[in-house]
Amino acid sequence: MADLHFLANPARFRRFSQRVTGSLAFATVLALAVGLYLALIAAPPDYQQGETVRIMFVHVPSAWLAMAGYGLLAVLSGSLLVWRHPLAALMARGAAPVGATFAAVCLITGALWGRPMWGTYWVWDARLTSMLLLFFLYLGHIALSNAYDHAERGDRAAALLALIGAINLPVIKFSVDWWNTLHQPASVMKLGGPAIHPTILVPLLWMAGALSLLFVILVLLRTETEIDRRRLEAADATA
Amino acid sequence: MMASKRMSPKRRRLWLLVGSLSVLGVAAALVLTALDDSLVFFYSPTQVAEKKPGPERRFRLGGLVETGSVKRSADSQEVYFRITDLKGTIDVTYRGLLPDLFREGQGVIAEGSLTSAGLFIAREVLAKHDENYMPPEVAKALKDAGRWKEGEAKK
Repeated sequence: MADLHFLANPARFRRFSQRVTGSLAFATVLALAVGLYLALIAAPPDYQQGETVRIMFVHVPSAWLAMAGYGLLAVLSGSLLVWRHPLAALMARGAAPVGATFAAVCLITGALWGRPMWGTYWVWDARLTSMLLLFFLYLGHIALSNAYDHAERGDRAAALLALIGAINLPVIKFSVDWWNTLHQPASVMKLGGPAIHPTILVPLLWMAGALSLLFVILVLLRTETEIDRRRLEAADATA
Repeated sequence: MMASKRMSPKRRRLWLLVGSLSVLGVAAALVLTALDDSLVFFYSPTQVAEKKPGPERRFRLGGLVETGSVKRSADSQEVYFRITDLKGTIDVTYRGLLPDLFREGQGVIAEGSLTSAGLFIAREVLAKHDENYMPPEVAKALKDAGRWKEGEAKK
């Protein structure tokens, strides 16, 4: 694997990021076009859910990305607290609102699916509650990052929260196996292979890939902004 | 490098972090295990038979709608059916609108309470969806081949 250590330096990261965002944006648009076509037009209706199954093509990737985003936040927080990584705090600030948005999309699309399928928008079962907690953990991270006059102190406080909150990730994943829930158990990432027919699974994976690209590009752009902001603040302080 | 007795600050911070997170993880696991009973969203008929909740105590009952058990009253406002987990079975009565996915052999969760006669009076019925997704033709082909029946896939 290529050595990515050179990206630790914010200035070099910024140059790298600016070089790749163009082609990344192109790939995102292309993948989203294919994914949406497969999900909304090509995919067949489900034998029980009918057309409502199409909500899943946004709901499931959003849930994955909200969790992956929090995992990223935890890794960044660890490297900030232990190695004082200069880029980690800036990228955490860039990533948190993106992850929060995907968590919100997951919760909203889930409610819209739940009403016709389950007969309710919301129940307090272990899966739904732990996912709502993830959303609040993101909001807490954003609030805590900005709660101090010194940005660095906010970075550290928020990093601690991100690491503590990471305990919620396995709880979300395994909530459907550990406890009785209204939410169905895992369909894709489970032992014995996916319980989804390929005609529905392939569009789902395309959407997951396309939204992952969107996630990456949003985090890169937001991180660049945070680097610029930190520089301007430093310039202001010395002026 | 580690021959010297004092650890480097980075090393120390790393171990401090790993240590406190492991303690936190164990604490979280203990709390979740202790709360196990209140974290379950519903009880199966077998669990209800073990716990014997008193009459008028509200709880959620989950399981499959037993095939052939659904009957409607003459004015079709009231529905009777049995919820089973293939070991225990409980009679349920419900008055109101049922969700789209409610059908025989399908998983449901009913909220309500037991009468002293052992009849479960549901105030709300939710349909539980399973983890299988497939187009209608595939479901039909599987059924025709006798390889799979609704509700028997698994819990």
